[in-house]
Amino acid sequence: MIVEKAIKTQPMVIQLGPSHPAMHGTIKIVVELDGEVVTRADVEIGYLHRAFEKHCEEGTYFQAIPYTDRLNYVSPMICNFGYGMGVEKLLGIQVTERCEFIRLIMSEISRVSDHLTSVGASAMELGAMTAFLYMIKAREFFWELIEAACGARVTVAFVRIGGVKADLPEGFGEKARRAISEVRQTLKEVDGLLTKNPIFTDRMQGVGAITTADAVSYGFTGPLLRACGVNYDVRKYQPYHVYDRLNFDVPTGSNGDNYDRYLVRMQEIEQSLRLIEQALAKIPPGPINVDLEGRVMAASEMTDRGKLGDTQGLTDYRAFLSPNLQGMEKSRYQLNNTTDKNVALPPKESVYTSIEGLMNHFKLVMLGHGIRPPQGEVYSAVEGANGEFGFYMVSDGSDRPYRVHVRAPCFPLMAALHRMIEGGMVADIVPTFGSINMIGGELDR
Amino acid sequence: MTAESITIRRLKEAFGSHIRETHAYRGDDTVVIDREALVNVATLLKQDADLEYSFLIDITAVDYLKTDKAPRFEVVYHFFSLPHKQRVRIKVPLAADDLEIDSLVPLWPGANWYEREVYDMFGVRFRGHPNLKRILLYEEFEGHPLRKDYPYNKRQPIVKPGGNI
Amino acid sequence: MGLGNLSIGGMITTRLDKAIGWAQKFSIFQYPFITACCGMEYMAVACSHYDIDRFGAGLPRFSPRQSDVLMVVGTISHKQAPILKKIYDQMCEPKWVVAFGVCTCTGGFYDNYATVQGIDTIIPVDVYIPGCPPRPETVLDGLIKLQKKIAGEAVAPANAGATSTSMDV
Ligand code: SF4
Repeated sequence: MIVEKAIKTQPMVIQLGPSHPAMHGTIKIVVELDGEVVTRADVEIGYLHRAFEKHCEEGTYFQAIPYTDRLNYVSPMICNFGYGMGVEKLLGIQVTERCEFIRLIMSEISRVSDHLTSVGASAMELGAMTAFLYMIKAREFFWELIEAACGARVTVAFVRIGGVKADLPEGFGEKARRAISEVRQTLKEVDGLLTKNPIFTDRMQGVGAITTADAVSYGFTGPLLRACGVNYDVRKYQPYHVYDRLNFDVPTGSNGDNYDRYLVRMQEIEQSLRLIEQALAKIPPGPINVDLEGRVMAASEMTDRGKLGDTQGLTDYRAFLSPNLQGMEKSRYQLNNTTDKNVALPPKESVYTSIEGLMNHFKLVMLGHGIRPPQGEVYSAVEGANGEFGFYMVSDGSDRPYRVHVRAPCFPLMAALHRMIEGGMVADIVPTFGSINMIGGELDR
Repeated sequence: MTAESITIRRLKEAFGSHIRETHAYRGDDTVVIDREALVNVATLLKQDADLEYSFLIDITAVDYLKTDKAPRFEVVYHFFSLPHKQRVRIKVPLAADDLEIDSLVPLWPGANWYEREVYDMFGVRFRGHPNLKRILLYEEFEGHPLRKDYPYNKRQPIVKPGGNI
Repeated sequence: MGLGNLSIGGMITTRLDKAIGWAQKFSIFQYPFITACCGMEYMAVACSHYDIDRFGAGLPRFSPRQSDVLMVVGTISHKQAPILKKIYDQMCEPKWVVAFGVCTCTGGFYDNYATVQGIDTIIPVDVYIPGCPPRPETVLDGLIKLQKKIAGEAVAPANAGATSTSMDV
């Protein structure tokens, strides 16, 4: 009794961030504490505002693509495709079937790497360094796939309006299957480390919870909404790509707390892996190369021979350009890009060898020409790793977007962060923040 | 144009005189309304049993300075209805000299940050907003960068440490 | 540094500099100031595949007072700049700064109202690692350059002023 009287606490205001050990990304949380209990929290964002929307207005439709990589930089492919789909909707064009499959495969690969990072990082914030190392190891396998397809690891710029940059490289399917089995193995290990671990469950269960009604009124989407038991997923509700032709489940939780978010993410990884496998099996095949009776030579070899003066009979051969880094053959190009000449850049093969191709290319890339969607406005959404990732675009009929606005899934989640941490302990702020998987790029744009 | 969607029909019935224009370009239902009607329209969208737009997906704005459109600004709302798998876009034109509109925070707490962002980027003021201040930029920043008359690379001095940040 | 009275004979100080430099270069305590996309590659460098620990730089310290290399990873916006400056000021000498990614080197392709055009407009930088984001191999290369610089630096007071203004790479 006496002791209770003696220890009196005063409300104390402390500031977490903007540069804080457990904040991957920079935000500031000003919390008012009563002892260790958070009584009031004020979240401030904007430290990574890089004027994405303004930049889009300044350049042409093509020039905005690299900026979209840097929105959600853990799963950049999804933002890429979201942007591409938005412009395609403005133009009213359809991409080819093989392209849809490629986009789907790459989206799911990105989603998995995003979830791996997010789960790993939130485990690390609870002290489970091992899980983090395992998850990043698994992510590296997928990044190798991404690199094989587009040449970059993080900032991919893989989408083209009306298609994708390149076809999947040879042997991609085999490689992907190997990577998937590696990831499955890692998931099993991490599952064993975390899911039933009392230290982990004690810190996660019942922490950072939000009611379903609150989640809806704040506009939650993605894993956080699904952890509350609402099965909203853009891939199911308004299917794009070819999601309606493949089988997958939308995992949901029931308590809306950190633990359910963790479970939802872990199950989603498995569903994404399923999707990749199905898509790899179903992707429509296409001719790989024109066969000139074996007279095809790698472009690099041809140049080497030429430089050495060994030009005898060289003109009988045709240079083989790899579909990814050096250019793309027509036969493959037409499989995964639209045939609409006003929109899609022509295959490199035509650009280098024919005047029509060159002019076509020129018309599309020169300032003042470019692609010109008709006047109008559209909203197009994809399911990003954190939820609905929407692009609202206005075209004034010129070659530059008049306005591009991004509906970032993190934004409403962060707006409700104070609801999730108020009333909890100060030590629970960090895991709750980790469960949101805030990505500065899409939050602050 | 195909038949009007139920959303547009319902809104026309209820607010005929306040509806300036509707269209469904590329399949996106769009309704342009007077700003006086905004709160009532939003309430109807949220509560009507046939609509049930329980998600306020997004709020943004567009500055039409470089086109011949008048008035200059438009605030754009996107709603989503989970049970009906429907989306609708509500647009409210605003004149440059009277940039004020009712806040939707009483209906959707999630509107809070969206409205702050629109205020930060365009300078639109939301009546009844509990905490209308800059969100992405800092207090010392002058002007509203997403307006079309703000040059994209116009830099402002860096605030010294110890400033109000 | 308190080594002033040791610098009587050139021999002792050069030997001492060498020894201290050698020790320092393998015990880099870095403060990762992570803001953006480059952080993803930073994570990759820090984890098993690329393993920055091989270079003695595996241990991030999240207190500016305990660290000696400030790794600035990712875009620095105007809103962020004062915080970066403050953290730099809080670090004790000797300290080094690594600009990780082209955003920190020059502003990258974010030439706009919100982004600082290179952190060297705010704080001195020792090593620039270009790339958007730099590949892990580039990062390791930059780290080795930094180690060379650290090892070659004199600790004795006569040269101490040169620490953080010269540029490598
Ligand atoms: S350099 Fe590139 S990857 Fe790194 S933070 Fe800047 S934009 Fe992002």
